[in-house]
Amino acid sequence: MALPYSPTPISPSDEVWSVTELISTAKQVVDDGFMPLWVRGEIGQCKVWPSGHWYFNLRDRKSQVRCCMWKRDAERAGSPPKDGAEVFVLARPGIYEAKGEFQLNVYRLIPTAAMGRQQQELERVKAALHQDGLFDPTRKRRIPQFASTIAVVTSTAGAVLRDIVTVSRKRWPCATLLVLDARVQGGGAAGDLSHALALVNRLPKVDLCILGRGGGAREDLAAFNSETVCRALARVRVPTISAVGHETDVSLTDMIADLRAATPSAAAELALADRREVLRQLNDLAARLAGGLTGRTRLAAERLTRTADRLESGASAVLERHREMADRLAAQLDALSPLRILDRGYAVPVAPDGRILKRRSDFVSGSSFRLRVTDGDVRARVE
Amino acid sequence: MTTSIADDLTRLEEIVRKLEADEVELDAALALFEEGVGRLRAARDRLTKATLKVQAVLEEAGDLRLADLDG
Repeated sequence: MALPYSPTPISPSDEVWSVTELISTAKQVVDDGFMPLWVRGEIGQCKVWPSGHWYFNLRDRKSQVRCCMWKRDAERAGSPPKDGAEVFVLARPGIYEAKGEFQLNVYRLIPTAAMGRQQQELERVKAALHQDGLFDPTRKRRIPQFASTIAVVTSTAGAVLRDIVTVSRKRWPCATLLVLDARVQGGGAAGDLSHALALVNRLPKVDLCILGRGGGAREDLAAFNSETVCRALARVRVPTISAVGHETDVSLTDMIADLRAATPSAAAELALADRREVLRQLNDLAARLAGGLTGRTRLAAERLTRTADRLESGASAVLERHREMADRLAAQLDALSPLRILDRGYAVPVAPDGRILKRRSDFVSGSSFRLRVTDGDVRARVE
Repeated sequence: MTTSIADDLTRLEEIVRKLEADEVELDAALALFEEGVGRLRAARDRLTKATLKVQAVLEEAGDLRLADLDG
């Protein structure tokens, strides 16, 4: 139901809300109106339920608010707070609809006494960054598969750069590392790091940024928890990897970066493709390329054979036609042959010198000649 | 420079896929094969002959300058 911005209704018949409508509308207003926030107060009436949830009040001199902390968050907080303890809670205000109560849903609870000044500052920064959505998982960008130019923000004095160079040389020597030197601990470290990170955005061509330092005492990592460094890191235009300290240390920059690496060497491994892997990929492609062409030529060869077959059968048809024609012509020639005349009973007189005797005057009395008949010669004499 | 290795890999995949799928005439297939071999050779060369470049980014009077560092 919409909020009653219209003039006050005069009678119940104008507009009536159910309690549920009222509470759920109020809940919506509260949900929309508050982000998670840190609240300081004193614990009262803390009760641990068998379910593992904690319920308590948080109060100061003037007001108090109901709080509940779900089992999962309560377990992380350790032992339940004692009544009267001064605490910070990270909570989101809400309405408990069944009772119509305004309450805080508490995610974290830290006794103020347990927190040193630095820790308080860390919590403050974390809350501020959280409020601005810088821990939002949807902000995370993908690390490019083939980074070519990598900006490395670290101290050139430490072993970090050497580790990164060693790994890079082994994995992907095609890369270029652009090193931005910065102090990584002590006064001035936060300023140096923020400045170096800002310079990364001014480099004309860069694919990825690694922010790194080796392990150290918790206090030495303070610069990597500073708000300015975190915000500078969040502003870097290219994907970022934070590699600060050893595996057990997590800094705020680790949470802001697109990817966290346990160590600087691990950062280089995450940042760069592996040359051997790519060479293997190239070998596979080479084999498939050759196979593809062989297959393709085999197809072409088959097509050629089929064409040749067709050609050959065409040619033999032509030959057959010519053979038939030749037979026919031969038969005609045969019919015209003089030998065929002899078949019919005619005979040809031939003189001994081979001359054919055609007239009476060719026949001299007493002379001999040959008479050629169809199957040979017959000797004869003129009377 | 290495982005072209990424390009090479993408193009090689494309060439191989075309050859395997019998999408092209023999002439074109031969040309694709030749291109593929060229790209393979270039990519292998780049990967085996490259040396890592390490440079320091220096800021001088507000301008950025690169200087070689001994890796």
